[in-house]
Amino acid sequence: MKTKSNRTASWLMLGAVLSSVLIYFFPLWKITLYAPQYPQGIRMYIWINKITGDDAYTLQNINILNHYVGMKDIDPHAVPELYYFPYALAGIIFLGVIAWLIKKRWTYLSWAILYALSGAIAIYDFYLWEYDYGHHLDPKAPIKVPGMAYQPPLIGTKHLLNFTAISLPEWAAVFMLVSVVLGFAAYWCCRSSSDKQLAHHHPNILTSSSQSRVLSHH
Amino acid sequence: MKPKIFPQQKQLIPLFCGIITIAGLLLSSCNSHSSGGQGAISAQEAAQQVYVAPGQYDEFYAFMSGGYNGQVSVYGLPSGRLFKIIPVFSQNPENGYGYSEETKPLLMTSYGFIPWDDAHHPELSQTDGIPDGRWLFINANNTPRVARIDLKTFETVETIEIPNSAGNHSSPFVTENTEYVVAGTRFSVPIPQKDVPIASYKQNFGGVLSFIKVAPSGDMDLAFQVMMPGFDYDLAHAGKGKSKDWVFFTCYNSEEAHTLLEVNASQRDKDFVAAINWKKAEEYVQQGKYHEFPGTYYDNRFDTSTQTAHSYVHQGVKVLIPSECPGLVYFIPAPKSPHGVDVDPSGNYIVANGKLSADLSVFSFDKIQQAIQQKQFDGEVNGIPVLKFDAVLAGIVKSGGLGPLHTEFDDKGNAYTTFFISSEVVKWKLGTWQVEDRQPTFYSPGHLMIPGGDSRKPWGKYLVALNKITKDRYLPTGPELCQSAQLFDISGDKMKLLLDFPTVGEPHYAQAIPASILMPRSDKIYQLASNHNPYVTRTEKDAKVVRKGKRVDVYMTEIRSHFVPDNIEGIYLGDTVYFHVTNLEQDWDAAHGFAVEGNRENAELLLMPGQTKTLKWVPVRVGVFPFYCTDFCSALHQEMQGYVRVSSPNDNVALTWSTGKE
Ligand SMILES: [Cu+2]
Repeated sequence: MKTKSNRTASWLMLGAVLSSVLIYFFPLWKITLYAPQYPQGIRMYIWINKITGDDAYTLQNINILNHYVGMKDIDPHAVPELYYFPYALAGIIFLGVIAWLIKKRWTYLSWAILYALSGAIAIYDFYLWEYDYGHHLDPKAPIKVPGMAYQPPLIGTKHLLNFTAISLPEWAAVFMLVSVVLGFAAYWCCRSSSDKQLAHHHPNILTSSSQSRVLSHH
Repeated sequence: MKPKIFPQQKQLIPLFCGIITIAGLLLSSCNSHSSGGQGAISAQEAAQQVYVAPGQYDEFYAFMSGGYNGQVSVYGLPSGRLFKIIPVFSQNPENGYGYSEETKPLLMTSYGFIPWDDAHHPELSQTDGIPDGRWLFINANNTPRVARIDLKTFETVETIEIPNSAGNHSSPFVTENTEYVVAGTRFSVPIPQKDVPIASYKQNFGGVLSFIKVAPSGDMDLAFQVMMPGFDYDLAHAGKGKSKDWVFFTCYNSEEAHTLLEVNASQRDKDFVAAINWKKAEEYVQQGKYHEFPGTYYDNRFDTSTQTAHSYVHQGVKVLIPSECPGLVYFIPAPKSPHGVDVDPSGNYIVANGKLSADLSVFSFDKIQQAIQQKQFDGEVNGIPVLKFDAVLAGIVKSGGLGPLHTEFDDKGNAYTTFFISSEVVKWKLGTWQVEDRQPTFYSPGHLMIPGGDSRKPWGKYLVALNKITKDRYLPTGPELCQSAQLFDISGDKMKLLLDFPTVGEPHYAQAIPASILMPRSDKIYQLASNHNPYVTRTEKDAKVVRKGKRVDVYMTEIRSHFVPDNIEGIYLGDTVYFHVTNLEQDWDAAHGFAVEGNRENAELLLMPGQTKTLKWVPVRVGVFPFYCTDFCSALHQEMQGYVRVSSPNDNVALTWSTGKE
């Protein structure tokens, strides 16, 4: 039975799916490096399927700087996640469409939970990569600072020798968050609307508030 | 026989000139004590105006010719800070220009390799008579050439030789849309060159004015020459606006003297401004009304995709003879050996700076056109009609100074003229011809420059006087002193002296353009992907050493902070080694150098990111010789080194190369 709230939930779910599609077109994360020699900063963008920079040479330039302390080259081809994350996202979007077609509370809820968990895993995976780059250093590195690791922050600012690294989510991460929130909102909308439906169609069944009102009459 | 020095009947004139000169020098020394005069402002005020805070940019780029260093120096205005020296006609050991195999062809001429010249006049390319920031042209005075500098890279990308010319001084001024760059001969010579007595000057000598066509790509081609009488053609400027089809050349020595010109070329009351209609010239060339003259000349072009210059040798040139081409050239009588000829922003007024007089003659383009129509001629020279002086004169600026050389303009209808002998800049008003202000300079200015001051749109905020004599202005440096530039604020009624700064070489002319036009065009790196030098090494894996007989080609890379290869063996005495070095960096300002011990004929290489350059090295001793990076590129720059082993031809050492092999 179509109700206004059900239609709202459906729209919210559709918004969640569309917002997820946008993730393909924007970077998820941005790491900015500042140093005395780079007053304008060097920016690295992490996308669902690639790593880019200010220009075609940014990664090469970051790698040249990193090799002094023995960090591995950042090679997008060596990061398998960049291959299968786009498919994983496509799967989630597909399930979202299914949930939207079924239009049931539980489909919305399970989709939102699945999505939130996937997002959390992706962020944890990103952290692991950062840890790996920052800690596994070439023992033959020209510059060795005892006890020093070069893991950039997940979110926030960190000083690493002459560099200040700032790591922040970008638009695609915002779209991902919006998708999850809309998914939960669709679930919530559905629930609250079913409550109202009950109240409307079975006037004899008293809600707790109407009951108390009735009681006070007596 | 005429006496060699000071012919009796002409003794008075040089004597008179001498007295005036002494008076002028006295005047200038007086000026030096009252440093500033009317336009004086406090040192603090001046300092504030020229102070460009650390990290801030100058408002203008100024390009100053280097004169006898054959280069161009780039300064910021108003700070007077030197940013770069652009080698043009001279080898520059600092960056290997003219030493690397890729750049040597730029210095080729029909005389062979000439690694020096005397560069006088920088000229920015123009669109609609306004500097557009594409290229800078500059002339070579000694072995006549014109060069083009690309303002994306600030590198010389073309040099073209001018045949039949000698002392390419009235050059390289551009027409309103850079259709042509002109190159007038300063010295008349036999054309074509031949072995004749110098005393046969009047019969055998001529002067050519050359027109170099500039393609939209910037490539230059010698289109045609105009054969003029055997005078000395001194300076030039193209018209603009209504006069845009014309180019004006000053000339002196209409006496056609060939010895002791300081006296013998200063006898006539008037010399000439030659007005040439280049549109007419184009028509005559199209109609085939030219003569093929012999003449071998080089056009050397730097191909940006291969980063390599190639020389193209041309034979023959199209020459127009004015007597056969009516309407092509007119002479305007101009007093006393005119030097600079300058056209105001409207294109109507043509200022002839008679360097041996006190006054300036200003001609009107409208009146010139009228005089031509009404045939108001005063005879002719070699078939070139001479216009009546009074018919074309717009006004005379009674300056009170002495020795006017050059005039530039602001955007408020004012003109500014340097006076060499009285050592000052005089500001006067177009139309009223009244002097508005005068300020001393220290000392003896040649050219002056206002950004865009010879264009249709002067940025009339600053004026730079280019002084020839410095004397006591700076700390003494032995007998050889620098030249000096002086910056004036000309935004108000009175000129205000703001700054003195020493210059490099001997700047003659200069041009300036707002930084906002050039900055966005400036390249930061050379794209390695579009480096098509035949000897490029794109990755370290491609580095190699190839022997062909006694020639060894080393394909080498540089990146912070190592060479590949950095150990080379199997080179023998008697070999010629070509190090083809590619800088693999693609980051702004990540330059590397390359130098090898015992390098006799060549300098180092300085490689910008993405560039390939080649150094020729002929080892002369057996041994192991280091090579290293000469540019302090990185924290491990000092480790950026390698060895090349040179063996006796009697030994047997295999050709090997490596990096990182223990
Ligand atoms: Cu280096």
